[in-house]
Amino acid sequence: MNLRRDVFQAIADPTRRAILMLVASQSMTAGAIASNFDTARPTVSKHLQILTECELLGQQQNGREIYYHINAKKMKEVADFIEPFRNMWDDRFNKLETIMKNYKPKK
Amino acid sequence: MERKTKVNAEDGKQDLVITREFDLPLELLFKAYADPEIVEQWMGTKVLKLENKKHGGWQFETSDAKGNVVFQANGVIHEFVPERKITRTFEMENAPFGVQLEFLEFEKISNETSKLIMHIVYKSVAQRDQMLQLPFAHGINMAHNRLQELVSKLK
Repeated sequence: MNLRRDVFQAIADPTRRAILMLVASQSMTAGAIASNFDTARPTVSKHLQILTECELLGQQQNGREIYYHINAKKMKEVADFIEPFRNMWDDRFNKLETIMKNYKPKK
Repeated sequence: MERKTKVNAEDGKQDLVITREFDLPLELLFKAYADPEIVEQWMGTKVLKLENKKHGGWQFETSDAKGNVVFQANGVIHEFVPERKITRTFEMENAPFGVQLEFLEFEKISNETSKLIMHIVYKSVAQRDQMLQLPFAHGINMAHNRLQELVSKLK
């Protein structure tokens, strides 16, 4: 894989976002993560590889098992970057929704 | 809580997609985009021109409390299909961001709910990333300005 691995590409995928949510609460092995998804195990492995390459996940060897944990610092970078843009639109749309809920057509 | 507004901006691409589901019938959602008076209310800007038709133009202007113009934008409407789609260009005046192309699609989910998909294409990846960062940078500036105001009052 010589594709440039970047956090934004990583979080664009819903399964990868779900994995991040899962691992956010506790570090887990690949097997434990995969058991939460209907997706085939190799697919989950691929997602884990991508998340690890872009440093959203960290790995830790514990005996024979590799545990995945979330890299909070990197996660924060992503959230901070795109969140204000999303918020701006969310505010606008909330306003739109409120206005139109109270809209009375002119007779 | 489920986030209602989603932004999908894949790395290395010069476009992004904003999606939002509304607790509004499709008719009302579309009206919020077509009626200049309503656009003014939720966009918080003055609508100088809004010609809802092919080859039509639009022009927005925002002033601050002192009447200074702080934001001007304009564009051309390429497609206007009521309750279905609007295709238009968007350009901020006196800003180095260039023109962007916007595809707005309006969808009915149920009688009481609807969805908007806004696909924005920029001239380059760099330009898209710059626009994505703008509210972030703006937020920092606002905080900085407030801080400066506070500090100047302390003197």
